[in-house]
Amino acid sequence: MLKTFRIGGIHPPENKLSAGKHITALDIPKQVIIPLGQHIGAPAQALVKKGDLVKVGTLIAKAGGFVSANIHSSVSGKVNKIDNALDSSGYRKPAVYIDVEGDEWEETIDRTETIIRDCNLSSKEIVDKIAAAGIVGLGGATFPTQVKLLPPPGTKAEVLIINGVECEPYLTSDHSLMLEKGLEILSGVSLLMKATNVSKAIIGIENNKPDAINHFKKLATEFKGIEIEPLKVQYPQGGEKQLIDAIISKQVKSGALPISVGAIVQNVGTSFAVYEAVQKNKPLIERIVTVTGKGVSTPSNFKVRIGTPISTLIEAAGGIPENTGKIIGGGPMMGKALINAEVPVTKGSSGILILSKEESVRKPVYDCIRCAKCVKACPMGLNPSLLMNATEFSEWGLAEKNFITDCIECGSCSYTCPANRPLLDHIRLGKAKVMGIVRARKQ
Amino acid sequence: MENKFIVSPSPHIHGGDSISKNMYGVLIALVPAFLASLYFFGLGALVVTATAVIACVLFEYLIQKFLYKKQPTICDGSAILTGLLLAFNLPSNLPAWIIVIGALAAIGIGKMSFGGLGNNIFNPALVGRVFLLISFPAQMTTWPVPGNLPMSYTDAETGATVLSALKQHAGELPTYSDMLLGNMGGSLGEVGAIALLLGLAFMLIRKIITWHIPVSIIGTVAIFTGIMYLVDPISYANPLIHILSGGLLLGAIFMATDYVTSPMSTNGMLVYGVGIGLITTIIRLFGAYPEGMSFAILIMNALTPLINTYIKPKHFGGK
Repeated sequence: MLKTFRIGGIHPPENKLSAGKHITALDIPKQVIIPLGQHIGAPAQALVKKGDLVKVGTLIAKAGGFVSANIHSSVSGKVNKIDNALDSSGYRKPAVYIDVEGDEWEETIDRTETIIRDCNLSSKEIVDKIAAAGIVGLGGATFPTQVKLLPPPGTKAEVLIINGVECEPYLTSDHSLMLEKGLEILSGVSLLMKATNVSKAIIGIENNKPDAINHFKKLATEFKGIEIEPLKVQYPQGGEKQLIDAIISKQVKSGALPISVGAIVQNVGTSFAVYEAVQKNKPLIERIVTVTGKGVSTPSNFKVRIGTPISTLIEAAGGIPENTGKIIGGGPMMGKALINAEVPVTKGSSGILILSKEESVRKPVYDCIRCAKCVKACPMGLNPSLLMNATEFSEWGLAEKNFITDCIECGSCSYTCPANRPLLDHIRLGKAKVMGIVRARKQ
Repeated sequence: MENKFIVSPSPHIHGGDSISKNMYGVLIALVPAFLASLYFFGLGALVVTATAVIACVLFEYLIQKFLYKKQPTICDGSAILTGLLLAFNLPSNLPAWIIVIGALAAIGIGKMSFGGLGNNIFNPALVGRVFLLISFPAQMTTWPVPGNLPMSYTDAETGATVLSALKQHAGELPTYSDMLLGNMGGSLGEVGAIALLLGLAFMLIRKIITWHIPVSIIGTVAIFTGIMYLVDPISYANPLIHILSGGLLLGAIFMATDYVTSPMSTNGMLVYGVGIGLITTIIRLFGAYPEGMSFAILIMNALTPLINTYIKPKHFGGK
């Protein structure tokens, strides 16, 4: 029996159209737009101004607080302006516009393909290098990695859990990276183990990627303390709490951090970035992005410089299809619908999904028939129907008592509802409201 | 110039489940029981079913159109289902005008007066049935004997049901094989145990319902009547007779599992099922009526909001 998480879950059609496609490096665009807020936490503070010359890897903005991340230039050229730019959130936020000239890299960056596995650095030095490289959680949450590696005093990490699940339908960026950069990822995992001082790491991979599982099982024999755990396909297994439950059968309590059960979770893409940062001195300036959709002529996995407009990626995959209704940054379950195709690729961009007009239309909403399919689907053991009603009637106390703040916004409830009720739309609103009330009470 | 696209919050895909898919799924699950009733009760079964279904759909249409002044949603299948379930709870020789009154009580009072599908507290078909049972006790408790009435429907030979025979300590009990197949007196849909169980299997496979409610009801009745049978085998019938007779299987599989009027958490479903099982057995063994299923389900329907308030789904990371 394959392991999986124990509460709720759904199995949407996987539609991994770009699975098995080799990673192709995309041409550098003429201009990149690098937002200063690409991570959870305070935006970074710009260190450059109009007219400055930068190289690939030049620090252009430094972390703006404890929970924040450095940002580096992904191209060489001249800073055109620092201005507001539309990002995937739909808001205009400060960003550095750089006009590309050539492709000149900082000398400190090792651009060879040689794999370096030995590391004489101490835990602290590794964490410092990760922080300097501006690495954030690349699974999509974009939480600054160095913060996650420094457990609060009094806690001790026992196991490092690596997320190779990629449970979102359509997306294959992690899958392709696992197939092509396996040794680098495992070296990165070893570095993370050293940084967090744990002797055991478990990489969870869903069973719909047998090639990646076999590849990693073979590679893992060369590394000490790394195990591979094939998992039953179930969404949202990539959720941090769900993955911990699936792999070590421990449930993180409401409001608690993974460290409370001795776990630290990192993504395979993050592990790769950690390897490059520590062993190659390469800051986080590019990532793998899947471009996919049933109407896309060649669904692909691209290696892209951060700041590249997504229109460039879509062009490289065959252009925007005639019948496009929605462009989504991320996967179909948790991704954000984009206003236009000029939004730049950021550190958290795992994929671009194009849906047709027909796929983008929501069906008419009926009254709740209390079938409880949302209750069965909810991976957090909540009653989404009740939480939606509580939000509709502004019953914030009721919503809080029924753990609305535990919602991970995976969308399983809305996906399942036979009455097409927009459960998550309401719950998201109610959750924000209740979190505000809770914060105000604490002050 | 900018391309404009649809922007909406996630999730961006839907599983394709719908209310009508679930309703028609239940209707398909009822087909074996319907065929069994046709076989045993002949034309009467067809007339009663057709009358109930047509009347329910018509009342729903009229109320939605002229009282709600909304686009009628009779195509979702829920009114057809109410009609079919109502018919299954009636004797096959019931005059059509009584059936129409039952349909009006089911749809008008049981369902639409609360606001339509999803808002009703009580199972509409059972509201209709109990309304008729109280208003027309004589007609509602005269059961045609199956087999010898293929073409007529009102003047068939009548007899007692298993449970009323038990209650009055009179009449002969059918054999177990007759009870399994449906060759006994009773309302349309309550007689064929095998046909009903086929429907249950279909609904479980299609994930329309879960096992919790039917199993907890049948289990509770089996245990309760089993204890009584062991204590005094002469006064009390054995559990198998109780499970195979009356509306127990029909109620446990198709009536108590109604989405709208049953609890949402699995633990709540178990409490609800045990409650129905206990109340049914108490009415059957100690009450005035031979049959307790309808009342038991309606009583637990009334308690469902309370169950939903106090029994929550198992919370992630909770105890």
